Amino acid sequence: MELEAAKMIGAGLAAIALAGAGVGIGIIFGNYLTGAMRNPSAAQKQFPNLLLGFALAEATGLFGLVVALIILFAF
Amino acid sequence: MNKMSLNPMHQFEVYKIGPEININGINLSFTNASLFMAISATLIILLLFLGTKKKLLVPSKIQLVTEMSYTFVAKMINDTAGSSAKSFFPFIFTLFMFILFCNMVGMLPYSFTVTSHIIVTFILASIVFVGVTIIGFAKHGIKYLELFVPKGVPLVLLPLIVIIEVISYLSRPVSLSVRLFANMMAGHTMLKVFGGFVISLGLLGGWLPLGFSVALTGLEILVAFLQAYVFAILTCIYLNDALNLHH
Repeated sequence: MELEAAKMIGAGLAAIALAGAGVGIGIIFGNYLTGAMRNPSAAQKQFPNLLLGFALAEATGLFGLVVALIILFAF
Repeated sequence: MNKMSLNPMHQFEVYKIGPEININGINLSFTNASLFMAISATLIILLLFLGTKKKLLVPSKIQLVTEMSYTFVAKMINDTAGSSAKSFFPFIFTLFMFILFCNMVGMLPYSFTVTSHIIVTFILASIVFVGVTIIGFAKHGIKYLELFVPKGVPLVLLPLIVIIEVISYLSRPVSLSVRLFANMMAGHTMLKVFGGFVISLGLLGGWLPLGFSVALTGLEILVAFLQAYVFAILTCIYLNDALNLHH
């Protein structure tokens, strides 16, 4: 296989990591909503933790994107 | 149509403004990145200066924004790192405001996002990492290494846990910088890709990606704030580790 084509395929595969980020963000927001529905008075206090969890989960997926970009542009 | 302007990566290009300055082979020219860093810093100074000039009991709008940003950061430090971290307020406030303003200035059309370059975020994260390590060793001495030995772990697992803890500690600056960089770069690339769709689909089909573009801009403004917040709060958490060992 030509190197250029292999690079493209590899970058595409690396971007699959973002699927995991999607699942993670869904779980975080879903569970926050469940918890907030059960106990609305405690919801406001946990909002910073929600944002923190969202950012941490999103970042793990974006590492995959960085790998894709490194494959495309750095090599 | 200019072919270059359709490339979504074109916006991240750094070019020099004005004369080239070379000192001992190191290129120190004034670039668009330095320009937008200076603009962000000037905006922060302007906001804080105008906000605290007239100290009214019933605050004006700009004074309100200044007070809100102050209490926001102060509360964040107090909640996550405890009252002993209060002396680090100036550093974390500066960090938060700088990242926030760089992100927000980057959201303006035709501007440059400083934080979408890994070297900028990596330097910021390295300052936090080195600073926190120095604070930890200065406060606890050699006992700071206890950070790598969690309490209540079975002795059999301990060697493995210590190795994992050391790796996770050393990966802090990488994850901290890559998080901010990747979020900003991915978001801006996505905006430009959708902007490209608007042009290529033309007057007939371009309305759908245009709507997406507007929605994504809203999302990106949220992300711009969120990433500044996360950077600051993670700094607070690391500081908490260094100041209050095992609490």
